[in-house]
Amino acid sequence: MQINKIKTEIAEMLSDVFDGATIMVGGFGEAGSPIELLHGLIDHGAKDLTIIANNSGNGRVGLGALIGQKQVKKVICSFARSAKGITFQELYNKGEIELEVVPQGTLAERIRAAGSGIPAFYTATAVGTPLAIGKEEKIFNGKKYILEEALNADFALIKADVSDRYGNLTFKKTARNFNPIMCMAAKQSLIQVRKLIEPHQTNPENVITPGIFVKKIIEIDNPIIETNAIEEGMIYP
Amino acid sequence: MTKKNFTNAEKGWERGVIASKIANDLPHASYVNLGIGMPELVSQHIKDDREIIYHSENGLLGMGPTPNENEIDFDLINAGKKPVTILPGGSFCHHADSFSMIRGGHIDYCVLGAMEVSVNGDLANWSTGKGIPAVGGAMDLVAGAKNVFVMTQHLTKEGKPKLVEKCTLPLTGSGVVSRVYTDYAVIDITKEGFKIVEINENLSIEYLQTVTEGRVYQ
Repeated sequence: MQINKIKTEIAEMLSDVFDGATIMVGGFGEAGSPIELLHGLIDHGAKDLTIIANNSGNGRVGLGALIGQKQVKKVICSFARSAKGITFQELYNKGEIELEVVPQGTLAERIRAAGSGIPAFYTATAVGTPLAIGKEEKIFNGKKYILEEALNADFALIKADVSDRYGNLTFKKTARNFNPIMCMAAKQSLIQVRKLIEPHQTNPENVITPGIFVKKIIEIDNPIIETNAIEEGMIYP
Repeated sequence: MTKKNFTNAEKGWERGVIASKIANDLPHASYVNLGIGMPELVSQHIKDDREIIYHSENGLLGMGPTPNENEIDFDLINAGKKPVTILPGGSFCHHADSFSMIRGGHIDYCVLGAMEVSVNGDLANWSTGKGIPAVGGAMDLVAGAKNVFVMTQHLTKEGKPKLVEKCTLPLTGSGVVSRVYTDYAVIDITKEGFKIVEINENLSIEYLQTVTEGRVYQ
């Protein structure tokens, strides 16, 4: 019997998701944003989710749509402000969604730490700022640092470019961003890929995320492009 | 020296002039991160005697200029989420590696805008204290880059000094700024105060002092 992580239905990809889950959402802005999986999560209907992502969605597509459906109770991100970020802004202004602001590098490092079994680390980022309040300080070699804790997640929703059935992933250009480290930090990383290939076609030298960090894969060969979808007035569901 | 009062119609150095002063201070072979907005102008003023490599926080080293309309790729963007290009010799990496370039002290220079800079080098540039708080990579850049350059107008739109004794807005970093480039002057942050490196040829030091909180000296 062969290992095969490939699924054919988005519902199968998300079958273990539960209310109150912590879910990482890959991408930086729209580059690498797993829009089809996010729409699958809307169809799934899980509630009280905590989302870890760099941004908080645009328009009523993808993450913006999920937030608009009030399935998210908290967002942990570096930049929740965006001209098109209508759904988050609306809920935030009404006090109906929590926000934890994290400096982008600290966000990335907290995710990497989680995937590497490191519970916390010290960093100079945010020392002396409002984002350091309540955090343990320590001086190393005369310089002040604060303690930041790892960010674990139950699931990661990720868009990759190419995969084989083992989940050996490659990403396209700057659509790589948070995706490899989120695959490492989540208990289940769920991947939509543009193209599936046979294992003998995978060049081991080019694999960016090795399959050990991947749980399930689905091929979405012509994914939605957020900018175009918003321009066309797409609203999901 | 004669003191000259500026009206709104009569301003200091144009943005391009400020950008060229910064460009001239970036040494050959520097790895540089330019903030979104005004600092992006700096890349247009690099002279042919040097090669600068631009870093974008979202995992791009060797960033090139804006693409032509027919070359736009939504998977190739900069930290401002605008389409860009990659130059020969450029590379992609994931976010943690990209921020290791910043936090690990590998980026030689970053250039950012400012709302306030204090006399001891504190920077406030991420929050007015109102609206949705959003920090992005600014706190990482000021904490990690070897040199932090600020590019800003000397005064706010309301005509208040941006160079202050103590910041009133939420800080981005404490004691992090190396040098400030404004339309009025180029100023180093030193223990003795704001040290004038270069002053706008139309201005006196006395005038600069009146539009700057905190000690200015030459």
